[in-house]
Amino acid sequence: MKTNLRSLLFFLSPALILLSVFLLIPIGAAVYMSFNKIGVEALIDPQTISFVGITNYTQIIFHDELFRKALLNTVIVLVIAMPLTVALSLSLAVLINSKLTKFSSLFRVGFYLPAISNTIAVALVWKWLLNGDYGLINYLLSLVGINGPQWLTNEHTAIFTIIMLVVWKGIGPNTILYMAALSSVPDSVKEAAEIDGASAWQRFIKITVPMLAPTTTYISIMLLIGYLQLFEEPFMLTGGGPVNSTTSIVMLIYNEAFKYFNFGYASAISMVLFFIIFAVSLIRIKLTKLGS
Amino acid sequence: MKKNLLRQWQKRGTVLSLHSVLFVALFIMCLPFLWMLSTSFKTSSEVLKFPPTWIPHDFTFENYVELFKAIDFIHPFYNSVIIALVSVILSVIVCSLAAYAFAKFNFKGRDKLFMVLLGTMMVPGVVMQIPTFLLMKALGLINSYTGIILPGIASVGMIFFFRQFLSTISNDYIEAARIDGAGEIRIFWSIILPMMRPALVAQGIFAFTASWNSFMWPLIIATDDRFYTLPLALTQLDGQHASNYGLSMSGAIVVIIPLVILFMFTQKYFLNSMNIGGVKE
Repeated sequence: MKTNLRSLLFFLSPALILLSVFLLIPIGAAVYMSFNKIGVEALIDPQTISFVGITNYTQIIFHDELFRKALLNTVIVLVIAMPLTVALSLSLAVLINSKLTKFSSLFRVGFYLPAISNTIAVALVWKWLLNGDYGLINYLLSLVGINGPQWLTNEHTAIFTIIMLVVWKGIGPNTILYMAALSSVPDSVKEAAEIDGASAWQRFIKITVPMLAPTTTYISIMLLIGYLQLFEEPFMLTGGGPVNSTTSIVMLIYNEAFKYFNFGYASAISMVLFFIIFAVSLIRIKLTKLGS
Repeated sequence: MKKNLLRQWQKRGTVLSLHSVLFVALFIMCLPFLWMLSTSFKTSSEVLKFPPTWIPHDFTFENYVELFKAIDFIHPFYNSVIIALVSVILSVIVCSLAAYAFAKFNFKGRDKLFMVLLGTMMVPGVVMQIPTFLLMKALGLINSYTGIILPGIASVGMIFFFRQFLSTISNDYIEAARIDGAGEIRIFWSIILPMMRPALVAQGIFAFTASWNSFMWPLIIATDDRFYTLPLALTQLDGQHASNYGLSMSGAIVVIIPLVILFMFTQKYFLNSMNIGGVKE
């Protein structure tokens, strides 16, 4: 269909103008800003912006201890939370999908609740549940004779509270994605394997898991993009502490930009984050291709 | 006969263990919600009592009364509702128009442009937020509804979802209407939009949820509490009344409940909007 320019503009221009102003131009601006020193004084006088080449990047990569710490924290969350979310979602989906299971819609809705709930609101509850002195969790532990730690203020346990919260929130939607994928695995294949004498576990590992590979890849990539941008959970639960043991990369960027007003430096960290997300996603896609 | 009986017992055992695992999981997933709800109806003396009570002894609404009377929680609630509704309406209009152009018009560079837009989905939001903040500052839109809403209206994800949906609609309807002399805008309004209804509702709900729960951008752009949305008001509540758990739990309930109700009534749409091109390989 050949279209006249006037109707094309009518349909396309609102979105294109908004996407240019708030997506494409800001991405370009962020690249430019990352090569400059832009402090709070630039808000009043743009003359104070100075070109610094790749200094921001060398500073981040070679000298910024806090960035290293934030990167490490974010990677710890990713490598523990991602497999855990995938494994739990898949297990729960298999259990709910079983022909023997009753109340499956109750489970579906119940598991989904954390995902639609506001992170700030649920973090507020978890903060109290995990409180070392007044929290329900340590109370329950004390009933069985365990003296629970100060979960949120202990340097070694704080990161695990973050992992627990993101996994808890991530299970529901992915369980549902796996349930949809499971229902498309043909019964005939599983039945044939059963006749051949394969046990339930063998059928699961040899047939179901490989057939779910595209779903697993999709879920893993979505999770890694999300987990690498961790922000709200540590912001609310621990505030990044204690001693920066839960500061994430996005939190670091937020602090650099909106607390210390180092806009250029913060932009450079955000570009580094983009490259990390890009690289890790590519690696994950390559892994799938190698596997098949 | 004996073998049959054994089998039956085995099956019962499986069913029992299957359901125990699922119910334990359900309990863990829902524990924070039950605790929140229970606490929000407790008097301040009961909140910190050990051993804790699950069903409040002296059932009270005082936390909710205080939330809306003593602490101004109505204002952020109103802000959240207005911002979410306006965002949804504008988003759905702008994105469905663009999706129609991408799906049904032929123009030079169409597919390239679309690929560029899709590519930006890999870019973390925080990359755009810093320059956008500076732009808003320059335009004097810090602490304004416009500043909160405007950057989120055009969404590549939504355009993509609508385009996928439109590509399943046959061009014959459009051709026929053109032959009858209908203009493009007329075709879109009276033929395409009614057909898009399920997609519009699914994405509308999705966008409402996203706006209601959004945190980082409002945190950056709304520094004046007159423009606080509910999540921001919650952080303020946590800062000022940290030890008043009854109050903060009732605040959390107020933020969560509207979406839970929406979810209960529109489950099928929720689940649809999630599958954006996802598992269709």
